[in-house]
Amino acid sequence: MFITQYIKEVFTGVKSLLIGMRRTGYYFTHHKEIITQQYPNEIPVMAERFKGEVIMLHDQNNEHACTGCTACELACPNATIKIVTKFDITPEGKKKKAIDKFVYHLELCTLCNLCIEACPTGAIKMGQNFEHSVFNRAELTKVLNKPGSKVRDDVE
Amino acid sequence: MLEEIAVNDTGDLIINVGPQHPSTHGVLHLIITLNGETIKNIDPNLGYIHRSIEKMCESLSYRQFIYVTSRMDYLSSHINNHACALTVEKGLQIEVPERAQYIRVIMDELTRLASHQLWWGAAAMDVGALTPFFHAFREREMINEIMEETCGARLTMNYNVPGGVMADIHPDFQRKTKAFLAFFKDKLPEYDELVTGNIIFQNRMKDIGIISKEDAISYGCSGPTARASGVSCDIRKTHPYSIYDKVQFDEVLETTGDSFGRYLVRMQEMRQSIHIIEQLIDNIPEGDFQAKTKAVLKLPKGEFYTRVETARGELGVYIVSEGGLTPYRIKFRSPGFSNLSALNHMAKGQKIGDMVAIMATLDLVIPDIDR
Repeated sequence: MFITQYIKEVFTGVKSLLIGMRRTGYYFTHHKEIITQQYPNEIPVMAERFKGEVIMLHDQNNEHACTGCTACELACPNATIKIVTKFDITPEGKKKKAIDKFVYHLELCTLCNLCIEACPTGAIKMGQNFEHSVFNRAELTKVLNKPGSKVRDDVE
Repeated sequence: MLEEIAVNDTGDLIINVGPQHPSTHGVLHLIITLNGETIKNIDPNLGYIHRSIEKMCESLSYRQFIYVTSRMDYLSSHINNHACALTVEKGLQIEVPERAQYIRVIMDELTRLASHQLWWGAAAMDVGALTPFFHAFREREMINEIMEETCGARLTMNYNVPGGVMADIHPDFQRKTKAFLAFFKDKLPEYDELVTGNIIFQNRMKDIGIISKEDAISYGCSGPTARASGVSCDIRKTHPYSIYDKVQFDEVLETTGDSFGRYLVRMQEMRQSIHIIEQLIDNIPEGDFQAKTKAVLKLPKGEFYTRVETARGELGVYIVSEGGLTPYRIKFRSPGFSNLSALNHMAKGQKIGDMVAIMATLDLVIPDIDR
């Protein structure tokens, strides 16, 4: 009784191993399916909505849509965004509030998308760049508005 | 000079596993008292990855605190976010559009599938089989791509907002999800061939780390860990949230309570998740994906509690509000903590090699335990 039980166990054990080995053999002979990417040689194309970093959109006239309302600054959970405002003098001689610097700390950002949700004018969006490594930590603090850029006229 | 071997008064050997040990899946430190090769006591030492998430949430507004919870149980981050969004919606009595609820549940089940796939690969790796890990990651990569396309991130999605979801689904979402389900249904029998039926794997798992139904309840185990002991504790069935009361699925129960039972429960849960997604994916109703909410959310004074079923068990979110902009107190009841507390009971009297197999089937995520 004990011996038959033992032999039975040996046979079921060998059978289960063979079933597994059949699968392994299948993949050994059918190695067309390559699922790894050779990363530095082939740069992956990121999805359209991929959250890589916050960028500010500029058009060809070097104009953006940021009015400096600080909605994104308030929405941010990590104090990633700091907006420095200044007063422009309009041609009519009036003072108008505008952004001086849109400071973005990439090293603090958790890419949660809340600032983009909060922006009423659609001035900022998430960029697809994912290669953020730098040698100096200070390089991660960025000013998003390009030098000399100003707010678009139709944005209120 | 040789290190002095730590021996206690009764002559038992005391060894430290972790905090940097591959089998602990993170920074978990176990102080194990051994008599020969037999475990006499396991003392988990926590706190290596404590980030005070609960305290952090007290300084964040009700929109902002949801993203932090992705960092608790990072393998079911979408379900964590869902739980937080549900609690805020409960407090503000926001009616969530049907479309958002469907999207949320589909995403939840995809997250559960991804989590169980990773667990399957890692569990097999813990007991010595390396190949399943690559098989699991091949399928998980497809889910991650679906997530990336719609939510914008692969792991810490932050797709839930109070009142719905952050963005509408990607036009390719339904097609890709269906393609994935068809692919994965083909591959699931392969999982069984490679690991479930394997005699070495079965011998490592069967009759190891047994926990009875009564003990599972008294330790507060939840999720597949408790269901393998026969405790009916699936929150999706017992206290349905979102649209779980509208979908057909079975609660998977096993009665053995050993490591192999926990393994089988998770394997069956993957099939149930596929079944749930199949019912919903073609029937996503038209409409808004987000309810109109006020710009500033203020929960009324009071206490709010919601619980959901994550891939590991029951997650409870408890918010005490004083009526201000931020929560007065937040507490998360995480499944991993209670499941880990049963480890000592399960592993007592077993061999030290079996402890790794027990830990593998508990599916511990350490950031979830420490928060």
